[in-house]
Amino acid sequence: MERETSIGKKADEFLQLFRKGEEFTHEILKENERLRFKLAQLEEAIERSGDEAKIRLYEERIKFTEDELNSLKERFRQVEEENKDFAAKYVEVEDENNNLANLYVASYQLHSTLDFNEVLRIVLEIVINLIGAEKFSVLLIEEKTNELIPVGAEGISISDVPKVRFGEGIIGTAAKEGESYFSENIHNLHNRGSISTETPIVCIPLKIKEHVIGVIAIYSLLLQKEKFSNVDYELFNLLAGHAATAIFSSRLYTQSERKLTTIQSFLDMLKEKPRR
Amino acid sequence: MPNILVVEDSPTMRQLIGFAMKRIASSRVIEATDGIDALKKLSSEKIDLILADINMPVMDGLKLVSLVRSNPAYKDIPIIIITTEGAEEDKKRALAIGANAYLPKPIQTQELIKLVNSFISQ
Repeated sequence: MERETSIGKKADEFLQLFRKGEEFTHEILKENERLRFKLAQLEEAIERSGDEAKIRLYEERIKFTEDELNSLKERFRQVEEENKDFAAKYVEVEDENNNLANLYVASYQLHSTLDFNEVLRIVLEIVINLIGAEKFSVLLIEEKTNELIPVGAEGISISDVPKVRFGEGIIGTAAKEGESYFSENIHNLHNRGSISTETPIVCIPLKIKEHVIGVIAIYSLLLQKEKFSNVDYELFNLLAGHAATAIFSSRLYTQSERKLTTIQSFLDMLKEKPRR
Repeated sequence: MPNILVVEDSPTMRQLIGFAMKRIASSRVIEATDGIDALKKLSSEKIDLILADINMPVMDGLKLVSLVRSNPAYKDIPIIIITTEGAEEDKKRALAIGANAYLPKPIQTQELIKLVNSFISQ
């Protein structure tokens, strides 16, 4: 009986021990479960923090790229402006170059001959082709009579251009004062149909220093010539000086040639042996 | 190397156009003083473009255009008229007889260069 009681006790102890073992196993399993869960959470957190770092990195890269893009855009805008400036300067230089070419050609042609008629033809050519005048005349001062005598005309007959008294009217005044005259009615430069030889729209005195030798009087411009440009005024200045010099020197040359021929003939006559 | 025939009775204009044509890469300018002279130059040189005035002695520019267009050897040469005649009817007449372009004087050099380049590049 006592032995049975002892066996029962031991069985109880064993069962308790077994239950404890069971409880312990359960606890280990729970702990295992909790740790697995924790591990999963940690793994997830690590993964999430990796993405965020990448996102931050990408965001930084985007910001850098955007800054770079803005900087490039700004540089592009600056270059574009510089380009526009250069283009404008190029056009300006080209215009200046063309104007200088016009002036060079006009000057070159004016001094290319000592023949008075040739010089006069060149003056007419310049006024027609480079300035764009339609009807105009060239008058030179006759010192003996104190009058401006027409020596050349274009678009009108030279016989229709009257002589002008020095100091009288627009032409005479321009000659006397040595100042260029430009009509105030500059927007109505095309005196189509009837023109008045007494009221030119432009008068350019031909001067050697301050000495006026004649006048270019423009009565109308070509249909397509709407206004005077800067180069036209430069050409007027050039004509005022160079045309005057060319006309004056060619006249002197022609006169001296004539005198030389006369003297030569006279000398030849003197050298001739007297006839018996 | 494009050969450009400049037909002008005015030496001033010939020189001025010659100056402008120097700005066209490797172009060569051949000068003629009127229509007859231009026809002689056409028969002796290979011409790629003609720049012609209208009012010229001996043979005017319009007569030259019609003769060039009627000759199979020259009919395809582009012709630019450069003239003081600025009326619309003058322009229409010149284009009708075969001119390719019409430029009234006084010429704007840049405009002329642009026009010549446009024909040469074709």
